[in-house]
Amino acid sequence: MTQSSTALAFVNARLIDPASEYDGPGSVIVVEGVIADVIHGHAVPSGHTGIKVIDCDENALMPGLIDMRVRTGEPGSEPKETLKSACLAAAAGGVTSFVVQPDTDPVIDEPAMVDFILRRARDIELVHVYPAGAATKENKGQKMAEIGLMAEMGALYFTDADQPIVNSKILSRVLSYANGFNALIAHRPKEPWLSEGAVATSGEMAARMGLAGVSALSERIMMERDLALVELTGARFLVDQVSTAEGLSSLERAKTKGLDVYASASINHLVFNEIDIGDYRTFYRLDPPLRAERDRLACVDALANGLIDVVVSNHSPAPAEDKRLPFSEAAPGAIGLQTLLPALIGLHLENDIPLIDILRAVTQNPAQLLGLEAGRIAKGAPADLILVDIEAPFALRERDILSKSKNSPFENRTLQGKVLKTLVDGRIVYQA
Amino acid sequence: MALMTTDVNDLIRTRLLPFPKRHFLGAQDLDPPDIMNLLDLADVFVDLNRQTTKKLDLLKGRTLVNMFFENSTRTQSSFELAGKRLGADTVNMSMKTSSVAKGETLIDTAVTLNAMKPDLLVVRHSASGAAALLSQKVGCSVINAGDGQHQHPTQALLDMLSIRRAFGHVDGLTIAICGDVSHSRVARSNVILLNAMGANVRLVGPPTLIPGDADEWGTEVYHNMREGIAGANVVMMLRLQLERMDGAFIPSTREYYRFFGLDREKLAVAAKDVRVMHPGPMNRGVEIDSDIADDLSVSLIQDQVEMGVAARMAVLASLAARLEN
Repeated sequence: MTQSSTALAFVNARLIDPASEYDGPGSVIVVEGVIADVIHGHAVPSGHTGIKVIDCDENALMPGLIDMRVRTGEPGSEPKETLKSACLAAAAGGVTSFVVQPDTDPVIDEPAMVDFILRRARDIELVHVYPAGAATKENKGQKMAEIGLMAEMGALYFTDADQPIVNSKILSRVLSYANGFNALIAHRPKEPWLSEGAVATSGEMAARMGLAGVSALSERIMMERDLALVELTGARFLVDQVSTAEGLSSLERAKTKGLDVYASASINHLVFNEIDIGDYRTFYRLDPPLRAERDRLACVDALANGLIDVVVSNHSPAPAEDKRLPFSEAAPGAIGLQTLLPALIGLHLENDIPLIDILRAVTQNPAQLLGLEAGRIAKGAPADLILVDIEAPFALRERDILSKSKNSPFENRTLQGKVLKTLVDGRIVYQA
Repeated sequence: MALMTTDVNDLIRTRLLPFPKRHFLGAQDLDPPDIMNLLDLADVFVDLNRQTTKKLDLLKGRTLVNMFFENSTRTQSSFELAGKRLGADTVNMSMKTSSVAKGETLIDTAVTLNAMKPDLLVVRHSASGAAALLSQKVGCSVINAGDGQHQHPTQALLDMLSIRRAFGHVDGLTIAICGDVSHSRVARSNVILLNAMGANVRLVGPPTLIPGDADEWGTEVYHNMREGIAGANVVMMLRLQLERMDGAFIPSTREYYRFFGLDREKLAVAAKDVRVMHPGPMNRGVEIDSDIADDLSVSLIQDQVEMGVAARMAVLASLAARLEN
């Protein structure tokens, strides 16, 4: 807490704050870890003494990103990623809060495990780390986990991560029970039998490559069931990574009905498509698998018009031994904490979507869903801020990757948008 | 003050009215005046039961059969005592070891039993509607002592007797029924009876243990215990069956206790004169703290057992009063 006692003035910045819908010149004063003042326009803040002034040089000052879906290897698979290495990657990527998935070893399915993650994050003292609790014990989809006790301890939502809850009665009870605590349940729309053994989306591409495919309909089939159960129980529900055009239609119908339903999309499915697996590069072996271009475009549209509420990195570290394998034998997943922001800036540039609207999906929206004070530039909010040179191009090289696992699909791609500074509770935790 | 037997007989003569129906299958069989009559009569039996000589001859010559297809200690002995104190010949049939265990159907059992000419038949069965089915096949009066998840009307009557004796009235009281309402026959009978008598009934529990449409039962539904028992005059705890504790309806007993177990802290938000009830048997440390269950200034749980005999005597006596001689 040494640096947080210093007052900081960020002047001459371009403020981008989706929560207040402001994108323009301004200054921000930070005192004792909290945003003490926000000034729109070019006026120089006055009335503050003993303050350290930081000239932002017209770079963008925005709320730190909130990433709702991150996997580390801690506890249980530390060779893949520790909470510390993930925090370092997050700080460098401008992610000031992230939520870890419960599918660790042991599973985060009881309050002591929630407490463990929170304590570890406090000790590391870089970015905010929050756990998602398991929806069912050991993520086995059979017995409800201690949702109430975990929520009280600080779990932000409940999910069985990549494991769909197959038994409809159990999902229905979980939704119903969670509703008593107004807890958010996230569920992967993945029909397990159709998906069994599949490593790609079925279609011309997968067929030509000789890869086992799963129909994009797998997503819609599961979503239709899930959303019907949400309608029955009235639960707060997050569709965990929608990735197909058909899935988006189901989502739109559910939202039109007024259900308390939200959806996330992974950055990978907004940027890449099935063509990217063309040379069997295993960093593009993902779960859900990459989809057709038409699906990707539908997802980008849905992000632009707000149908998709949240974008996640779905950071999933897999070390070389899990990836240096034939495509169908490789572990699925890609890291993404460090590339989430530049990839979003890329979406803004390529698709002509206002940056402020894109950023809403990684700041204001996840903050509201999770009940966090962060994610906005407002007086009284925690000073979780990032200073970004939006125009700076760079190529991500393996040696720049701070995660212990290097499975980034963005490696060697040219990206735009460099994080210059990352502040968490007013502390500078990263500086370029 | 001990009553003389002659006084008791006088009181009974003025208060004993024939039961409104031939059978007592559910709380809906009683209208408010019937309930008041039964409670008034039961009050007499409470006094009688506190005397050394408790025996009457109101049911002399009558045969009461207890037919329990589910194990029960307190309800079965309560009916047995009630029958004996009224002078009836009382027979307990333990159905677990009987011909039912050898595959006889419920109706065959009823027909066989009917041939023995009982006057009053007390039935407990694990299937909802079993008492109603039996009542169509036998010549005697059937009393439902618990059918599946449907009803347990004499329990509701004894609960009401306990409440009325504690508060002097039932109307206008706020009564929070807490816990596993979905699987509770006690809750269903109580909701009907308490509503009929003008109490404000609340149901409190996790959404997995409260029927989805329970707000249409004339009750308010709460999923937060503190909100649900705030200002309540009576907190009626329900038993949580062991098999529902491990992940099917609730995650664990410790989570249940944390959010829905009755402890001093939660009880502090209830009315100052709050009384706590439980139909038994209790899971101490799961749905209720021993500290509360054993505190006689708060707990009516012991009274409930005592009232059980008196309330059942009132039911048996008035059912017999409409039987042909």
